[in-house]
Amino acid sequence: MDAIIANFLSPIILSFFLGVAATVVRSDLRFPEPLYQGLAMYLLLAIGMKGGVSLVSYPVSELVWPLLGALLLSAAIPLWVYPFLQKAFKFSKADAAAMGAHYGSVSIVTFLAALSFLEMVGVEAEGYLPAVVAIMEVPGIIVALFLIKKSSARNNGELWSVFTRVLSSKSVFLLLGGILIGALSGPEGFAKVEGFFVDPFQGILCLFLLEMGMVASRRFGDIRRVGWALVAFGLLAPIVNAFWGILLGMLCGMSLGGATVLGVLASSASYIAAPATVRLALPEANPGYYLTASLAITFPFNLALGIPLYHMMASWFY
Amino acid sequence: MTSSRTVKLKRVTVVAEAVVEEKLLKELLVAGASGYTVTKTEGRGSRGVRASDWEGRNVKVETIVRPEVAEKILALLADKYFKHFAVIAYVDEVEVVRGEKYS
Repeated sequence: MDAIIANFLSPIILSFFLGVAATVVRSDLRFPEPLYQGLAMYLLLAIGMKGGVSLVSYPVSELVWPLLGALLLSAAIPLWVYPFLQKAFKFSKADAAAMGAHYGSVSIVTFLAALSFLEMVGVEAEGYLPAVVAIMEVPGIIVALFLIKKSSARNNGELWSVFTRVLSSKSVFLLLGGILIGALSGPEGFAKVEGFFVDPFQGILCLFLLEMGMVASRRFGDIRRVGWALVAFGLLAPIVNAFWGILLGMLCGMSLGGATVLGVLASSASYIAAPATVRLALPEANPGYYLTASLAITFPFNLALGIPLYHMMASWFY
Repeated sequence: MTSSRTVKLKRVTVVAEAVVEEKLLKELLVAGASGYTVTKTEGRGSRGVRASDWEGRNVKVETIVRPEVAEKILALLADKYFKHFAVIAYVDEVEVVRGEKYS
């Protein structure tokens, strides 16, 4: 309980709510698009570099299972989401596949908030986790699209072009690029840019979450339109996925912090890489469902309550 | 003076959500357009949907083409875009100088 309150009162979560408040009171506060893009670039490169520096300090034997586990986990999520939404909630195939793609992929901002939370409660997490994030961005999207293409007469060449497009999309590209820079330049090289990429990080994250609060809350109105089933799914699916993530983290030999983060990653839904890809590859799916669920329901839930909750769940296992 | 002689051609204007820009521009060239002009723009239509608020503003694509290419572009839009994406299109007649550039 204390952790939930402390989480609520952290600057980044409060910044998110400030953004929500800006929408509610119809403030004239606007985030210029280039600023948003710039902050996103900063966060991705910073977290990538930090992860890359740490990654090379681990022996390969300690990395294999967590990375492989993360890959399988994100690929597995659409496998239950896709049939479940069709059977239980009568979703169309396209809508169910789109939801599978979003929940299979991850939200980097949720990941960053989880790291801040663990830092706040004094729990260490493995330094290679940014590499885990990079691995989990793509497979869920591919598997979800594969599921629907298998059941309709679509060609596989399209899947390949989706794969290359997601891999080259700015979030995956910058994260992987940052990891590479960190790994190649090592701790000494990183020390030179530390003043820029580490110290201001939490402050930049606050600004970013302010914007995310505005973006997410602009969609709150859509929640009423999508119906209770989607709301229930948007709140329960993250908890189910977090459970599997935590369990897998433990099986792969990760620490309490690492397993918590893997749970957070499994629970989070993408709202940057996945929507752009799904919109083009699966245009008949309704963005009113997948964007509202991932951005307006699951994302705020995870930020405010999910992260401390998953940490508590992980503590039961350890 | 050759520059005062004009040729009648079609101008196809497509206003679309940003997410389709790259694909659309590629397909315009395949359909036979020799070039295009893209403007970032905003507005309102019958669809509220956007794939993502971060994808940027709508785009307005203008291309000047021969009538048969204009037909081809409209058919392409009807076939692949109108149903699922926020796209509108219209055609008007323009008089251009140096008409040979557009064939």
